[in-house]
Amino acid sequence: MNRAPLPAGRGALELSGLTKRYGNERVVDSVSAAIRPGEFFSLLGPSGSGKTTTLMMIAGFIAPDEGRITVDGADFTAVPPQRRGFGMVFQNYAIFPHLDVFENVAFPLRARRVAQPEIRRRVGEALELVRLERFARRTVRQLSGGQQQRVAIARAIVFQPAIVLMDEPLGALDKNLRYDMQVEIKDIQQRLGMTVIYVTHDQEEAMNMSDRIAIMSSGRVEQVGPPDLIYERPANAFVGRFLGEANLLEGSIEKVHEGEAELRTRDGLLLRGRIDGTAQPGQQAALFVRPEKLAGGAGDAAANRANGILRRRSFLGSVIRTTIDIGPTTQLTMDSPNSGHGLHLQPGAEIAVHWPVAHSILLTP
Amino acid sequence: MLPAFAMLAFVFVLPLAWFFTQALFAEGGIQQIASVIASRAVLQAILATNWISLLVTACVLLAGYPIAYYLANRRGLRFTLVVFCIIVPYFTSIIVRTYSWMVLLGRAGVINRLLQSAGLIEAPLPLLYNKLGIVIGMTYVLLPYMVLTLFATMKSIDRNLLLAASGLGAGGFAVFWRVYLPLSRHGILSGALIVFILSIGFFITPALMGGPSDVMVAMLIERSVEITLDWKSAAVMSLFLLAVTLVLYAVYYRITDLRRLMGA
Repeated sequence: MNRAPLPAGRGALELSGLTKRYGNERVVDSVSAAIRPGEFFSLLGPSGSGKTTTLMMIAGFIAPDEGRITVDGADFTAVPPQRRGFGMVFQNYAIFPHLDVFENVAFPLRARRVAQPEIRRRVGEALELVRLERFARRTVRQLSGGQQQRVAIARAIVFQPAIVLMDEPLGALDKNLRYDMQVEIKDIQQRLGMTVIYVTHDQEEAMNMSDRIAIMSSGRVEQVGPPDLIYERPANAFVGRFLGEANLLEGSIEKVHEGEAELRTRDGLLLRGRIDGTAQPGQQAALFVRPEKLAGGAGDAAANRANGILRRRSFLGSVIRTTIDIGPTTQLTMDSPNSGHGLHLQPGAEIAVHWPVAHSILLTP
Repeated sequence: MLPAFAMLAFVFVLPLAWFFTQALFAEGGIQQIASVIASRAVLQAILATNWISLLVTACVLLAGYPIAYYLANRRGLRFTLVVFCIIVPYFTSIIVRTYSWMVLLGRAGVINRLLQSAGLIEAPLPLLYNKLGIVIGMTYVLLPYMVLTLFATMKSIDRNLLLAASGLGAGGFAVFWRVYLPLSRHGILSGALIVFILSIGFFITPALMGGPSDVMVAMLIERSVEITLDWKSAAVMSLFLLAVTLVLYAVYYRITDLRRLMGA
């Protein structure tokens, strides 16, 4: 039996109804996704959302209870991990401490019985790609966290896999290093044209790097789409809140007409917004709008408007976040760029805000 | 601290020092030491001791590695059962353990009678009163040391490394040979050194299970002290054993230190 890994294909990956149960709990609940070749696809969600378990099933370390995994048309569900031919980068790097950098990166090539001159060439290229050419003979102990991570990346791509799996690889690095590494990883991915499946709980990271994001919660996929789409048009309140700050004004629907609806908030404010899917007057809903879409002032008649008392101004560096009470139970958050032109109102002052209807979305629970 | 040191000095260091100075400097001086070491009986004993100890270390390693591997990867009832089988003999008297093996290995012992009644052999096999008997007995006695040392090392191997190796394309054997085994190197070395150091000083098992020509250094020392009353020879051979042990221990210490630095 040929025990070598399968050759690299184009890198299309399809998940159909993947489910995993631990006892009575569905840790992964019917997850489906069609990932295109060369796509940077992120699984994003809080801890316990099932994203790592899903990745482990894709890798072959955990067997799904239900569902199928298809790679370039071939059913991989029963294929053992060492034959799947995916590149892998783990959260804690999993660099072999008993080997130096060169041997670490050469490991997958040796497992595939590649000849020594070829190994030297490919390891050299991989190390160049992660800018560690001069570190080839260093031992693992002599590397910093960021360097270890780069070794892990070089090791995962040295055999030119079509698909690479990454499980929160940047979690242990500090913020500045993380951003630089994100750019590097994305750069490498685009140069080599690999499909990447990337697990993270950091929404900024996912949005920075991904072509599409699958947001997961409690084992289910809540929404899949490009970062801008799921940011501006979340499918539900969970997605809206997870991907950044969100205003959610609760109330009941009064009128529905051609993709738009009117909402009466608990405090009696009448607002308009877009609505996807079906909804009936009288239904409970929440009006969703991002803080950066709000602006101070009365605005024109077509916009959503509200008046209130300025509760708090927070200086966040590039953004100034203002919290406004517009009713006994309702608050709005407004983010304004720190351009130096803004009004300097004090807490307690009266303030009017407005925002476009186009950026308001009515979400039903 | 001081009472502990005082007791140690009184009970251990003082008698040792007295023994060595008495025996070495009483008469004859340094030349006598050389003649003792060079005497045929002692040289033969030293050779036999080293050879048997090497054999025993190898056997203990070959037998102990799979046992330790099994223990490091199991939990619950199976784990408890095997641990029980390893630890309980450890607490039994060495004489009892040695005698139990003599019952098994003797000419009319259990093993020979089983093989004969099954028709596999005609005459009983000589499993006792020779080097084979000594090696079997000592391997059995020293096995727990190796198993526990290896177990400790194996337990600390990061399982993620094995997952990574397999995910990167290494099959079962390659994962063991290229990753697991090298990472258990430290345990192998420590275990082997401990077992070797212990076996060169062994007395009871070789004395009981060996043949008349299988003399190990400890047995020679016993004869010098009890029978020929040749304190000088006994002192010299004891010194030799002590020197070898200290050198090996120094090596062990150095290797453990280096490995800890290397993080292996």
